[in-house]
Amino acid sequence: MGDHLLEVQDLSVTFHTMRGPVHAVRNVSWHLDRGEVLAILGESGSGKSVSASAIMDLIDIPPGEISSGCILFEGRDLLTMSRDERRMFNGKRIAMIFQDPLSHLNPVYSVGWQIEETMVIHGTSRSEARAETVRLLRKVGIPDPEGAAKKYPHQFSGGQRQRLMIAMALALRPDVLIADEPTTALDVTVQAQILALLEELQTETGMGLLIITHDLGVVAEMAHRVVVMNGGQIVESGSAAQVYHTPQHPYTQKLIAAAPGQGDMSLGVAEQEPLLRLTDVKKNYGEFAALKGISFDLLAGETLAVVGESGSGKSTMAKVLLRLEEASGGKAEYEGRDLFALSPAELFEMRRDIQMVFQDPTQSLNPGMSVYDLISEAWVIHREILPKDKWKARVAELLEQVGLQAEHMHRYPHQFSGGQRQRIAIARALALEPRIIVCDEAVSALDVSIQAQVIELLDSLRQELGLSYIFIAHDLPVVRDFADRVIVMQGGEIVEQGSVRQIFEAPRMRYTQDLLAASLNPDPEVQAARRVKRLEMAQ
Amino acid sequence: MNPTPPQSAAVKEKSKFAAFWSMLLADKLALAAVIFLLIVITCAFIGPFFLEYDAGRQNLRGRNAPPFDLSRGWQFFLGGDQLGRPLLARIIVAAHNTMMVAGGSVVAAMAVGGTLGLIAGNSRGRAAQIIPRLADVIMSFPSLLLAVIVLYMLEPSVGNIIIVLAITRIPIYLRTTCAEILEVRERMFVQAAKVMGASEMRIIFRHMLPVIFPTLLTIATLDFAFVMLAESALSFLGIGIQPPEITWGLMVSQGRPYLTTAWWLSFWPGLAIVLTTLSLNLLSNWMRTALDPKQRWRLEIGDRKNG
Amino acid sequence: MKSFLTKRAYASLISLLFLVVAVFFLSRLTGDPTNLYLPVDASLEARENFRALHGLNDPLIVQFGRYLADLAMLDFGESIRRSRPALDVVLEAFEWTLILAAITMTVVTISAIVVGSLAAFRVGGLFDRTATFFSLIGASAPDFWIAIVAIVLFSVNLGWLPTSGTGTVWHWIMPIGVLFVRPFGLILQVVRGSMITALGSAYVKTARAKGVASRPIIFVHALRNAMLPVITVIGDQAAAILNGAVVVETIFGFPGVGKLMIDSILQRDFAVVLAAIMVTALAIFVMNLLIDLAYSVLDPRIRY
Repeated sequence: MGDHLLEVQDLSVTFHTMRGPVHAVRNVSWHLDRGEVLAILGESGSGKSVSASAIMDLIDIPPGEISSGCILFEGRDLLTMSRDERRMFNGKRIAMIFQDPLSHLNPVYSVGWQIEETMVIHGTSRSEARAETVRLLRKVGIPDPEGAAKKYPHQFSGGQRQRLMIAMALALRPDVLIADEPTTALDVTVQAQILALLEELQTETGMGLLIITHDLGVVAEMAHRVVVMNGGQIVESGSAAQVYHTPQHPYTQKLIAAAPGQGDMSLGVAEQEPLLRLTDVKKNYGEFAALKGISFDLLAGETLAVVGESGSGKSTMAKVLLRLEEASGGKAEYEGRDLFALSPAELFEMRRDIQMVFQDPTQSLNPGMSVYDLISEAWVIHREILPKDKWKARVAELLEQVGLQAEHMHRYPHQFSGGQRQRIAIARALALEPRIIVCDEAVSALDVSIQAQVIELLDSLRQELGLSYIFIAHDLPVVRDFADRVIVMQGGEIVEQGSVRQIFEAPRMRYTQDLLAASLNPDPEVQAARRVKRLEMAQ
Repeated sequence: MNPTPPQSAAVKEKSKFAAFWSMLLADKLALAAVIFLLIVITCAFIGPFFLEYDAGRQNLRGRNAPPFDLSRGWQFFLGGDQLGRPLLARIIVAAHNTMMVAGGSVVAAMAVGGTLGLIAGNSRGRAAQIIPRLADVIMSFPSLLLAVIVLYMLEPSVGNIIIVLAITRIPIYLRTTCAEILEVRERMFVQAAKVMGASEMRIIFRHMLPVIFPTLLTIATLDFAFVMLAESALSFLGIGIQPPEITWGLMVSQGRPYLTTAWWLSFWPGLAIVLTTLSLNLLSNWMRTALDPKQRWRLEIGDRKNG
Repeated sequence: MKSFLTKRAYASLISLLFLVVAVFFLSRLTGDPTNLYLPVDASLEARENFRALHGLNDPLIVQFGRYLADLAMLDFGESIRRSRPALDVVLEAFEWTLILAAITMTVVTISAIVVGSLAAFRVGGLFDRTATFFSLIGASAPDFWIAIVAIVLFSVNLGWLPTSGTGTVWHWIMPIGVLFVRPFGLILQVVRGSMITALGSAYVKTARAKGVASRPIIFVHALRNAMLPVITVIGDQAAAILNGAVVVETIFGFPGVGKLMIDSILQRDFAVVLAAIMVTALAIFVMNLLIDLAYSVLDPRIRY
């Protein structure tokens, strides 16, 4: 006791809400030593960030309440200190970086000012801080550090902003750095760079690093030890390799089993006439070419994955295909007709055949409509599908088909969990009896275990109903498990396309290879091997 | 995402009205405001039927009668005016015109402004360019002058005052609706409806209007208070409603010469204005919280603590 | 910036044009213009001479053209009641209003920001509830009523302050005090709401994690972000006073442009009305530009 750098003992935090007290974490204990990387792994609602917030004095009291426990930093209990005493630790001895750096940086002050501030409030002189800021910016790999210090957060890219956050956090060489989902919103290649930077800085300064994440891959890449949380409690802890290979708790076992990228790859569907053929599709926004001539075929009963990083044009492609945006050029032939040249009446008919499932079901379901209204709207719009007296029975049938219950039809979207909402969205798409469903990042917003269930549902529906999917995703392991064929996009162009085996086992193009290399494997040993290889390549 | 416990969810959705009622009970000030407004509205509608005659009857012995004296009957509880007319009765009767003008203007401005905003927000053509400019033009017009111009040309009747005030308030609704529509039409569920083949009309009326209506309603409540103040200022300056019609603003103005001897002539009608606008402001604040799913918890927590 | 400026100017110009036309037809169509300029007992002959001299017998459209031409030369004509150039009369009055507006808005802005920010820091606390309640009352009270109550209280009963005029510092207290109430209530509410949002934002969390103390978090980190909607309301309120704090100026006999405008309207002194419109419109145009400038100074993301 007391010989760890940072130790959380028996911490319980309760939030008093309208539905009574919510125990965010209960009796949580863990510790972190100098030079160590500890990961707290958990899905949303597991309470994985709460102990970090308690350490940084970020919990609002009320409605929050720390009902038991202590937080020892170098043997002193932070929770018994005054607010001003604790401020002396924040930023100086313990620093924190967050998910979504854009909203965590103050938009109206220059980034230089914000980094300097950390030092100035803890006693560095302004001029000294200014010089140090430039040095820090250079260290975290920001080009033109002098100029960058005068710029504002919105003038940087997502990855650069996280570098800025890191520079700010490390300004005073803290003993502990807490990173709360530091790479979640970033593209895989950027994620790899940020993680590498964190690792390098950690080795150099010997600080203790606490990473809070939902991603087994991040744990495998970074952590020495891992603490697994579920429902506000620690269910398991141990070394990263040990937890991955011999998980003891059923929850951990389930979580690891659900991690994508481990199953068999598809062999593809038989050669046939394409159901949908895109030829040289272009889309320009003013001067900017978002799509620079895309061509591909979609076969009946096939899952075609479209992967790429942000700005690759993959979502624009979906919008153009569904005529939410008008194409600037090219053709999309479906049953002998060009989708881009349909009359309004023909377009209306076509809507039945091609449907879409959106990324975030919270936003894609109208919050003011009941499940029955949401699903039956399809038949209000397309009267010919079903006579009104059969609607109720059909809604019930569809709900059961997507794994919900018939009595759910009278509820509203906010009464469901994220995974259930996505099932409702799928049921809504099915109501029109489509032949093609475009899934735009349809499982990205979901927790891993839920993700696996939704993928399974989509797969069984495909077999049952003979659907074809265009599956847009940035998450390569999910694609590996689900897709028959893969298209890799970058900067509005198709870099490479081929069967899922060909793309994952023998990628031809450099960009595809980079993507695959940056994608994290949940197995710590695989990651360790890759790291060795990376180092060799770098030298 | 936590799976919601199905039981509490079912109970919660049982009645939207009950939910609002309990949220109203949670905010005592808002509840008081609603009760007061209901009283004012009742007075405005049925008051004139019973009190029109009393309110207009002159009684020289009751000139500037002091308040809190019940010997002349309850109608003189707040005193009498310069012609011996009972102030309380006059305030109740004046509520009719005051409410008519404010209500009429707000409804008219909301209807016109809202429709124009819908058109501007939904069209990609020239209307989207021109209509917002129209709002700018009205905004940069001094509204007092507009009132004077119209009232010079027409006559200061209740109908014309409503038109004048409505015109000055159109930009508020136009801009809000337009901005909200532009935001809502980018939302996923609108895109989802489009993918299903929903018509433009269906998207507007089924998907977008229900989302922006609470905002408009909140603004209208606040605006009702603003228009009341504007009307009373016009009446006070003598370019609004003319005697023998009465409004609260006019009553304050009529009492002004007697300030030194009989303060109550101006004080009570002014207080009526203050309390009504205050109630509207409180109600609007409450609505902003109650109608916003992200803010609603504040009231729900309050409920738990109070109950 | 340039296209933005022209856009702004267009909107102002169009509404000015409306006003110019409206004022012209008001002056020509509502009653015989000779009644305005000549004594009531003037002979028919004198009236006829006057008409000929001022071209009042010309077709309306010609008169309108001449009127526009004069305007283009910034010639608003003579004030018939004061026998001085209308523009001079207006500028004199405008100076008073400008000072009144400047003092009032400075006091209002500072106090509303301080009180609103502190209220937002502890939402639901005693200070917050008190401030919110009084700001609501302030925003609800008609200014003429506050003025009357203030006169009864401070002048009639207590005898502390003069009821009207402009002679001493004491004369300014009541007009400023009365003008203060409503904008203070409105701006305070906006500050409070905007600050609650800002204080709940992610960058405030970052600042706390850096160890920044409460006061700089409120007044450095959150306030600048919260100022944008506040500035808009400040602009609206300042415009309202510049347009003439008609009621307050009338009640307190304050020689500002609002009182001048309403008096001139009632006296049918249209040259003054027109000049007053032009001057205030220009002032508001300039002020709006300043507001836009303030936006872009406060928020580096805004560029015109």
